[in-house]
Amino acid sequence: MTMASRPPEHATGAAEPIVVLRDITKRFPGVVANDRVSLDIHPAEVHALLGENGAGKSTLISILSGMQRPDAGTVEIRGRTMRIASPRTALDLGIGTVYQHPTLVPTLSVLENLMLGASWRAPMNRAATRARLDEIAALLGIALPEDAPLGSLSLGQQQLVEIVKALWRGEKVLILDEATSMLTPQGVEDLGRVIERLRDAGIAVLFITHKLHEAVRFGDRVSVLRQGRKVGSLSPEALGRLAPQEAIDHIVDLMFGGTADRTGAERSRAHRARAPGERMVIEVDGLRPAGDPDAAGEAGVSFAVHEGEIFGIAGVDGNGQKQLAEALAGQRGTEAGRIVLDGAAIEGLSVRQRQHAGLRYVTDDRLGEGTVSAFPVGLNLLLKRIGDAPFWRHGIIRNAEVERHARALIAEHDVRVPGPGTPLGHLSGGNVQKALLARELDDQPMAVIYNKPTYGLDLNNIHRARRAICERADEGVATILISTDLDEILELADRIGVMLDGRMVGIVANDGDAARRVGELMIGVGARA
Amino acid sequence: MSQGLLSDAFLISLIAGAVAAGIPLLLAGLGEQVSEKAGVLNIGIEGMMLFGAYAGFATAFGTGSLWLGFLAGAAGGLVLALLMALFCVRLGLNQIVIGIALTLGADGITALLHHVQFSRTYPRLPRVETLDIPGLSEIPILGPSLFARHPMVYVALFSVLVLTWLFRKTHVGLNLQAAGDKPDALDAAGISVVSTRTWSVLFTGVMAGLGGAYMAMIGAGIFVPFMTGGAGFIAIVLAMLARGRPLWVLIGAFLFGASLSLTTALQVGGVNVPTDVVQMLPFLMVMIVLVLFARRASLPAALGLPYVRGQR
Repeated sequence: MTMASRPPEHATGAAEPIVVLRDITKRFPGVVANDRVSLDIHPAEVHALLGENGAGKSTLISILSGMQRPDAGTVEIRGRTMRIASPRTALDLGIGTVYQHPTLVPTLSVLENLMLGASWRAPMNRAATRARLDEIAALLGIALPEDAPLGSLSLGQQQLVEIVKALWRGEKVLILDEATSMLTPQGVEDLGRVIERLRDAGIAVLFITHKLHEAVRFGDRVSVLRQGRKVGSLSPEALGRLAPQEAIDHIVDLMFGGTADRTGAERSRAHRARAPGERMVIEVDGLRPAGDPDAAGEAGVSFAVHEGEIFGIAGVDGNGQKQLAEALAGQRGTEAGRIVLDGAAIEGLSVRQRQHAGLRYVTDDRLGEGTVSAFPVGLNLLLKRIGDAPFWRHGIIRNAEVERHARALIAEHDVRVPGPGTPLGHLSGGNVQKALLARELDDQPMAVIYNKPTYGLDLNNIHRARRAICERADEGVATILISTDLDEILELADRIGVMLDGRMVGIVANDGDAARRVGELMIGVGARA
Repeated sequence: MSQGLLSDAFLISLIAGAVAAGIPLLLAGLGEQVSEKAGVLNIGIEGMMLFGAYAGFATAFGTGSLWLGFLAGAAGGLVLALLMALFCVRLGLNQIVIGIALTLGADGITALLHHVQFSRTYPRLPRVETLDIPGLSEIPILGPSLFARHPMVYVALFSVLVLTWLFRKTHVGLNLQAAGDKPDALDAAGISVVSTRTWSVLFTGVMAGLGGAYMAMIGAGIFVPFMTGGAGFIAIVLAMLARGRPLWVLIGAFLFGASLSLTTALQVGGVNVPTDVVQMLPFLMVMIVLVLFARRASLPAALGLPYVRGQR
């Protein structure tokens, strides 16, 4: 049961790899999540796997941990080709995984959580469990309150329990999936020390992250995934040769390089009929959305959008974009700051009043807050105007008006639907988005906020939605485009703001070098440089 | 002090009545506690008690054996619990809807069976022989009311200890709690959530059946249609307020039992209070307890939610 073997004499990386992934390919309907990815994982080494959201990291982990099987390619463990058929097999092979979402019971104590999973007939052996816990805690150099309910621990400590659990049976490979995502800076420091100790104990650590500085800091070896492919890696020798800034530059190139060539600003301007005007339509000054104490910092978010301009907001998902959008739309309170629409302050107005003032919000939660699945399409197209004339008179719905309105919008936006009376829930994802766009762009919008407008759509509908966004901007609509797809922002936006940890860390013009600068800002490099 | 509120007769009658009325609540409450711990809100427990009451009474009446009656009562509860487990745990249907359906179904079926078997007569079982615990049963007041009872009373009290031990000291306890609080963690640990919950529901059925059988055979000595009269729902409340601790179910059960038996005790004590008022007491009690303590009820996070693997 011991974790015994000390690190081999040779320094990190020189040992034979313990796990070799060879040409792993995994397809899902419509996407290739992993495209011939090869990866070596060495004992006594931290291998950082870096990639944007949707780059294929999670799929690769789920293959290694036995949740999914690859369509092609092989997994070799200690030189032998293996089939990892289930999570149990992975554990038997010595691969422990700490998932992004917690897998512990908050109401049980630390010790009880570690005992969970034995047969119900087995006697409960607290002493042995405690001894094993102390053994692993000593290895990690940590102390845990063994009898406290798990839910009373900090998130960082809970994660340490997850790590202890993943190492319970003496696993030699530890996969950490976005392990820092819920941690405080102090928690990240502590985790860093634990990872170093694990490496020194001879364990192979696969550290998955989308944060560049963490990859460089924790990783002895760094591999970069992009759109399902491994686009490059830095061996320990190469990393050792480079100064930290050079390493970061090199990796930024791997992650975002070439993006600018494929979707330069020239091309995006090509399908814009006219340049943005001079008139300021929406001005946001020091806006701090309510709810998230750390988000938005003291200064808040400030930017302005001109008539006919597309202002892209880039950033890794969950950096405060949704909070910003909701605060602008009026669905979330603000703690400070001003929002000016066409010269008039609107931060005190309700959702409905902002709507009437000409501000529209196309939510990313299309089936949740965006629409009511059980309602017919025609009613969904009027969801934000319920009670308004001419569709309602004295509180009574006028079906003929509703239907006429629906038919016009369905034709204009090419929503594929049997008729206005069809429940919206029967529509495909692409058509739901068309209906949503039709509703928000109807009736003279002045400014529109799009939150991830093409997320989850197929290629055809993506183009359609992007074209609709451009056409409206050409008609003079001030556009705020929030997207986690950098290519989309580079293709459409005139200027690009980048959000990180709830702050707007920089605004750049979409010129030839934008991809690189935005990429740096997104992962927190540019702000410091 | 031969008369008045604190006479011996009044106290003996009150305590004895509290036990008689409390035991069914205790048995059912303990059963409900197990399934709630595992995440299944068993609203069908009222029906399970009624099934147990009818099966127990009919068997005891036919065979003359209370033990066979209890066996039949447990089996009666189990039959409904099997349906509950099938629909709510295996098939993941709505626990509240199925629970209500089972209760209403049991109401109708037992009333019909009783009518077919006994028409409009309500035959009585012979007086129950008690197990007098030597020594203890001689204590004044407490002796006859607590320690000269049918053995089932001691079984019910003993099961409080067994469940406490089970929850605290065994893997079964851990599994139950994980199934109710974070079923995906239990699944990830390699234990089937579905079978953990299935067993817990079946256990509830057996306990509720025993409780119902006790109510009919020993508490009342007769079977009357709809005789459980909300006892199952009180058991659900007890289990919710007990926050996973069997001892609290015991305390609650006897508190409610005492308020149920107050009518008889008051009459025995020579105090005349309209029975309608007194019969209201247990329900008033439920309301008062809920107002006072409901805020402190902490329910399992996944209570009432069907578990489907891979869905979060």
